[in-house]
Amino acid sequence: MSDSAETILDVRDLHTHFFLRRGVVKAVDGVSFTLRKGEVLGLVGESGCGKSLTALSVMRLLPKGAARTVQGEIVLDGENILKRTPSQMREIRGRKISMVLQDPQTSLNPVFTIGDQLREALVRRAPAKLKEIIKQAVAALRRVDIAAPEQRIGQYPHQMSGGMKQRVVGAIAISGEPEVLIADEPTTALDVTIQLQYLKLLKRLQRENGMAILFITHDFGVVARMCDRVAVMYAGRIVECGPVKQIFEAPSHPYTRALIASVPKMTGTRGRLTAIDGQPPSLMNLPAGCRFASRCAHVEPRCLEAYPGTTQIGADHTADCWKIGSI
Amino acid sequence: MAVAEQHPPAAPEIPEPHQSFWRSLLNVRSSAGVRRTARVPWIPIVIISVIVIMAVFAPLLAPYSPIDQTLRDKLLPPAWMEGGKDRYLLGTDQFGRDILSRLIYGARVSLLVALLALTAGGGVGLVIGVVSGYVGGKVDAVLMRLVDAAFTFPAILFALLLAVTMGQGIGTLVIAISLLLWAGFARVIRGEVLALRQRDFVQLARVRGCSSLRIMATHIVPNVLNTFMVLVTLNIGVVIIAEASLSFLGAGIPPPTPTWGLMISEGRGRIAEAWWVALIPGIAITLLVLSVNLFGDWLRDRLDPRLRQL
Repeated sequence: MSDSAETILDVRDLHTHFFLRRGVVKAVDGVSFTLRKGEVLGLVGESGCGKSLTALSVMRLLPKGAARTVQGEIVLDGENILKRTPSQMREIRGRKISMVLQDPQTSLNPVFTIGDQLREALVRRAPAKLKEIIKQAVAALRRVDIAAPEQRIGQYPHQMSGGMKQRVVGAIAISGEPEVLIADEPTTALDVTIQLQYLKLLKRLQRENGMAILFITHDFGVVARMCDRVAVMYAGRIVECGPVKQIFEAPSHPYTRALIASVPKMTGTRGRLTAIDGQPPSLMNLPAGCRFASRCAHVEPRCLEAYPGTTQIGADHTADCWKIGSI
Repeated sequence: MAVAEQHPPAAPEIPEPHQSFWRSLLNVRSSAGVRRTARVPWIPIVIISVIVIMAVFAPLLAPYSPIDQTLRDKLLPPAWMEGGKDRYLLGTDQFGRDILSRLIYGARVSLLVALLALTAGGGVGLVIGVVSGYVGGKVDAVLMRLVDAAFTFPAILFALLLAVTMGQGIGTLVIAISLLLWAGFARVIRGEVLALRQRDFVQLARVRGCSSLRIMATHIVPNVLNTFMVLVTLNIGVVIIAEASLSFLGAGIPPPTPTWGLMISEGRGRIAEAWWVALIPGIAITLLVLSVNLFGDWLRDRLDPRLRQL
């Protein structure tokens, strides 16, 4: 990795497992990535590959009792936050690191006005007089392009559209001016025109605040629009990571290639969409070798024997595959 | 679109004015939305109101003292019957006390006990349900086993024991009935909280760095208040019957304070010759409990989460 910019979040060899009666589900199994100040890193992969669990591990908000981070380091601003106690963790949540979730319909408390909910976040950041806080809340709503924020502040979530709610959720998330924002598929539940609007907003806020965003999605279109770099995840590991342009133009890992090939194209002949045959391996019973081997077109014996190490391809581009350069 | 399917034009999204708890109770609906509207149970509401007014203004409404005995007027039938006197509308009991006055004062005890027991029992149930559902794990297991234990407990027997050890009185009665109530509240509320806990706004509150205590108090409790209100109304009947049963058994309020249960108890020996002594408070209990249950049913339909717009 080049050190062209300062690293704000460095996740090293993260292992988060579910401990079930039936066995151990290795949902996140050796994830490493770095997030630099002010950049947007996309985390893509299919459902169940461990994207969201990676995010929850970083927030240290894993489902209690079921999942546990068993190994690795999460270094936020030079400090391994896995060493923090729960109450020390609370201090940095919302202020240093924050998060928006997928579904705006359930992201707001239905029984409170959005003003009340913004206030809760604002008071936590810096206690002030009610009048002052309300002024701040109006400003926060204006920042996320909510029209007539003075009126909106007294309204309940059910009186707003999905896109508007998601913007309010965004306003709450960044009210503590976090340095890192994790966005877990924030546009999946929005329709396409609203999606675009929301992404533009997020990009603008990111530039204004200079915060870094870990953007989780399964939509390559969104990645192309939003991200500076992208990490591709498969079966609990990051298989390829690099600048968006390089990943799109010259994907190195067979899985990344297959993923990009399966994105529907606007041009060319119409026909069946390209799909990747087979299923990802069971996370309870992972193969010894490359996890993509069973679905890979270029598989050879060594792929089944051992997991390939990380190969440096470009200055800022890595992939986990035995056959880099030969395929 | 190739398929020749006609979609009705999508209804324009009208921002709906917020329906407050009380407004939604009154069935006022300001937009054109369709909602299954159960009829407002006016008769139960009137009956409940009359009984509440009776209880509150008992000293003004009751024609006589509920305790003073007039032995020469004992066991007079209601006024409309042969031998009844106009002075005693609902007749008198074996000590010549006016049954109407006792009924009016008795409503006080019944409602006071209901209020206190529901506050205590319901409150404890609410707290335990919320903590159990939100914290989960071992805490949940222990609390829910306690609830199971409470369900198997013979409440009446326990109340008798309390009456013997602590003495009769409103305090004993309220404690006994609260012990009967809390487990049901806790179990229902816990179920609700388990569902709420999964909702994203709870997760996001944690992301913002809210403490568990704060999340429970400001995010969970307000969301289970509807359920809590319904539970309260549906349990009023249970409390009134429990109070009456315990007073009937002698574990409740000591005589001569009038309570409905006690009145039935005193009248049961003479049910053959003076049926009104026991029957009239019996009718009062039946009417109140029935009304409260009908009202509670309606309230539950009214606040049904599936019909509620979030």
